[in-house]
Amino acid sequence: MIPTEDQSADEVGADLVVVTCSVNGESARVSVPPHRTLMDALRNELGLTGTKTCCAEGECGACTVIVDGATVNSCLMLAAEAEGCDILTVEGLGAGEPGGLCDLQESFLEAGAVQCGFCIPGQVMAAEYLLRTNPDPSVDEIREGMSGNLCRCAGYQRIVAAVELTARKRATR
Amino acid sequence: MRYYRPATTAQAVAALASQPHTSRILVGGTDLLVAVRHRSAQPTLVVDIKGVRDLTAPISVDEQGITFGPTATMGDVIAHPTVREWFPALVEAAGLVGSVAIRNRASLIANSANGSPAADTSPPLVSFNASVTITSVSGERTSLLREFFLAPRRTLCEPGEMVTSLRVPRPSPGSSSAFERMTRRRGVDLATCSVGAVVDADGAMTVGLGALGPTTLLGGPVAPIDLTSQEQLERAVDALLAPATPIGDIRAGKAYRTAMARVLARRAVLRAAARRTDPDRLTGRSS
Repeated sequence: MIPTEDQSADEVGADLVVVTCSVNGESARVSVPPHRTLMDALRNELGLTGTKTCCAEGECGACTVIVDGATVNSCLMLAAEAEGCDILTVEGLGAGEPGGLCDLQESFLEAGAVQCGFCIPGQVMAAEYLLRTNPDPSVDEIREGMSGNLCRCAGYQRIVAAVELTARKRATR
Repeated sequence: MRYYRPATTAQAVAALASQPHTSRILVGGTDLLVAVRHRSAQPTLVVDIKGVRDLTAPISVDEQGITFGPTATMGDVIAHPTVREWFPALVEAAGLVGSVAIRNRASLIANSANGSPAADTSPPLVSFNASVTITSVSGERTSLLREFFLAPRRTLCEPGEMVTSLRVPRPSPGSSSAFERMTRRRGVDLATCSVGAVVDADGAMTVGLGALGPTTLLGGPVAPIDLTSQEQLERAVDALLAPATPIGDIRAGKAYRTAMARVLARRAVLRAAARRTDPDRLTGRSS
């Protein structure tokens, strides 16, 4: 983290923006240039490199995180916009679990949904949001809900299977 | 680039007025931040209006219609029960914008305010006779959405102004609507062309046309026809598409786009007409 001066975004013309937010349940405070995306701030300022940089224009979903309960492409959100927000990244998903992985991440492994793995943090975040908003999705709903997350290994069938498996696990829990 | 998060509309428009040609409003960021990355927008000041306390509420419903504020997202639009009941074509269009994560951020108002002729939600809004309120330091003015669009990426909203609300009148009883869009592939892509159709209780038809001219266009109204007559339907489609001036571009040639517009217009009209008597088909898509 960069040490911060008392400069505020509420003043027109602030050259650095001080952002205080919650990341994976912990308070974070960073001082960033206004153009810094949330994606870059998570990776560079906070060292949370699970969130991936790929297209950086909202097409691929590799940078997906959950902000205030909803998925966003963190490449299309300024870090400055995260003031006061509650951010969940892939690092925070299984943080409380004994093996460090949540049930959804375990399901991805069980279903063989992980090939090269690059898209998986974004896939997992999109799937987590999908299951929170729709605990029993149909295959079509899974495909629609995950359509913003591209996998160049084209492992889509198994990704869908992993989401279905998680839904079943959670239903019987 | 500097970032400013005003607390009031007055502060927001004052900031815009201070750098009218180089300031940009930030809501969802799903267009602006892509443009900034590509250097096609190089704002010196970004005004994030999500913290403005006296902004029009995202969605408010009254007897005569629905008013949307700048922070209403595509996701809000899709989830709202009254929007779903009154404006199924708008719900279908909003549901086709980007991906879930994009729809969680993208602003309905900004989709029109950007002035892209390919904007997904503008055709249904034009067919619903929507209007916008534009605010600046010198006050407010209102315009019909169809008159708001001047040219590609040019609208009545001048430098230093911002669109602060979008009003959509309640549709007439017994009418319904449907939206059809063609893209090169499913998922994240812009429209090759799109048609939002409204069919009234008596069968009168109106369409909004996307990516079929320099701006979102209004077609019709066209008088009721016998929808089972192929000949009458083709004539009605001719009349509804009369304002269209399709061009060839990266997404489609002129001839193909012209042909596809007919297909979409036909489907949208038939689906809107069927939906008038079959509310279960409110969100069902034929294609």
